[in-house]
Amino acid sequence: MTTLTLSKALNEGLRKAMENDAKVLIMGEDVGKLGGVFRVTDGLQKDFGEDRVIDTPLAESGIVGTAIGLALRGYRPVCEIQFDGFVYPAFDQIVSQLAKMTYRSLGKVRLPVVVRIPFGGGIGAVEHHSESPEALFAHIPGLRVVACGDPADAFAMIQKSVICDDPVIFFEPKRRYWDKSEVDTVGGLAAAPSIDQARTLVSGDQVTLLCYGPMVRTCVEAASAALAEGKSVEVINLRSLSPLDIPTIVTSVRKTGRCVVVHEAPVTFGLGAEIAARITQECFYSLEAPVLRVGGYSTPYPPSRIEEYYLPDLDRVLDAVDRSLAY
Amino acid sequence: MAVKAAGRAASRTHYHDGPDVKPELIQLLTPEGERVEHPDYPLELSADEIKALYRDLVLVRRIDFEAIALQRQGELGIWASLLGQEAAQVGSGRALGPRDMAFPTYREHGVAWCRGLDPAKLLELFRGVSHGGWDPKAHNIHLYTIVIGAQTLHATGYAMGIQRDGAVGENGEAAIAYFGDGATSQGDVNEAFIWASVNNAPVVFFCQNNQWAISEPLDRQTRIPLYLRAHGFGFPGLRVDGNDVFACLAVTRQAMQAAREGQGPTLIEAYTYRMGAHTTTDDPTRYRLSAELESWKLKDPIERVKQYLIRSGMAKEDFFAEISAEADEVGNRTRTSCLEMPDPDPASMFDNIYADPSALLAEERAQLVSYLSSFAEGDER
Repeated sequence: MTTLTLSKALNEGLRKAMENDAKVLIMGEDVGKLGGVFRVTDGLQKDFGEDRVIDTPLAESGIVGTAIGLALRGYRPVCEIQFDGFVYPAFDQIVSQLAKMTYRSLGKVRLPVVVRIPFGGGIGAVEHHSESPEALFAHIPGLRVVACGDPADAFAMIQKSVICDDPVIFFEPKRRYWDKSEVDTVGGLAAAPSIDQARTLVSGDQVTLLCYGPMVRTCVEAASAALAEGKSVEVINLRSLSPLDIPTIVTSVRKTGRCVVVHEAPVTFGLGAEIAARITQECFYSLEAPVLRVGGYSTPYPPSRIEEYYLPDLDRVLDAVDRSLAY
Repeated sequence: MAVKAAGRAASRTHYHDGPDVKPELIQLLTPEGERVEHPDYPLELSADEIKALYRDLVLVRRIDFEAIALQRQGELGIWASLLGQEAAQVGSGRALGPRDMAFPTYREHGVAWCRGLDPAKLLELFRGVSHGGWDPKAHNIHLYTIVIGAQTLHATGYAMGIQRDGAVGENGEAAIAYFGDGATSQGDVNEAFIWASVNNAPVVFFCQNNQWAISEPLDRQTRIPLYLRAHGFGFPGLRVDGNDVFACLAVTRQAMQAAREGQGPTLIEAYTYRMGAHTTTDDPTRYRLSAELESWKLKDPIERVKQYLIRSGMAKEDFFAEISAEADEVGNRTRTSCLEMPDPDPASMFDNIYADPSALLAEERAQLVSYLSSFAEGDER
């Protein structure tokens, strides 16, 4: 086991992916010499060359569009979108081209493209640098949407995403890039859960907390705080946002009878809505309380001096846990 | 395991290395402070006008320094410095008439200054108090646009509005779009060129080519001088010494006047250099050589005007001391306005999302207010 930051875990995972398959490419703005603004690709251009780690022109649609072309030619591009709010110029290429090519070709074409997107707030940034657009992508059939929550997740998931033959939108919790934890960088990938699978991080029997990305740490901390008050909370890191790991979710909620979904993205039309609907359908007779959601308000991401009021935190999660238990 | 790139970069001669195209750099004031003439860009400036430009340059740089210091001290979240680009911004900014409309990126502090926008409004954005918040009509400068290149289309559409208002011709109006070398790769910018061209829209595209898009040098965006691209889109392009405030003023005046009169768009490539980091979170020593920086220091936009003022006898030491003192005052004012800036009311995040009140937002606002007041009542966990 090695102690790695989430950023370094992604870096190590990408390095392994590139070593294992010469067709793996990295492309994006500032990913080469600079190593990315979050240093996720640090040192990779030096070791793998400018042909495999490409500093692209400043054009997101171009990054994804040319990645599609490279994939058609047999490559496995890993695209970096510098910040969440800059992905929209590439949205057409992602939604209309990347997501649908397999369907349109009756399965003859596979596009193993990974689009990495640092997402979420809490870093005091200016606008367009703190958004959580995952629901926009989860709504698109043909895309896999995943979010890593900790360094171990990051290391395994990025490699599994690269191996995956489907397009993967890979969300990275930018405010957790410098969080550290133990990562098994030696053991085979086989032992790690598939990118489809959720992981139960804390076992409990009174309330199920569902989370992903930056909210994983928040929810684990909330479970500890709740336990100190004698409340038993189960925390599940969803990891895969589309498809959802419904069996893991359903098993937990049937046990606890209560569920709170936590994400930074606005609650309105967010992932929580889909999850709540599925839980209502599958766990109706086990539910002791309505599925509650904790997330961003139905506003654009606010200026950073008040972002703490927008973002779910320990208190808001615990508040929701209490409200759930009060039913 | 270093792998050599597969020879593409070296496989073709750069277009501008060829014998037929030698980029002309329009210059009216050399880096040494010598006034030179250009047949197409005559410029008559009084001593007072030159001194006023010098004052703009110095004050804008001082505001920028102050903002960098404020960021270092944790008072701003981030700052995008304009260091080195003062002449491009002041020269072009002073070429605008009050009815012209400017569409800036997030680095146009010098343009904002020329438009009369209070520097405190810029700090609001970088402090995280607002997303800009100023009224674009108050000084005819639109909000800073952070998404690269998007504002070039807005400027073009605005210019199409000018046409439809019949405001082209004598006493006409025009728009100016600011953007950088990196932005020229964006689809939006290329679409703006097309729309402006086919509509003959009264818009000037002012590209500050500061050589770097964060860590990527110009050759990651283009193989030809950027101004030459205009030709392919169907309008004139030119390259000006972006560190020469006189030349930037002269070429922008002429391009804006042409636009106002109905002659359509112009692309101005102001050839300059980003002397500082991309933003305060960037470390340029990771990707560029200090020798390059040193060579550009010799082309400083402010020093050459100072030398010209001294040599021509237009200004003496007392003038420079006076400007320096004013710069300190403006710097202090900038600092004070930042430190005194109150944080917004958390509930203000629900304001200004729709024209009319929204039931959903009212509900959420009430939830937040009630939740926050639960802490005020001592209901601490």
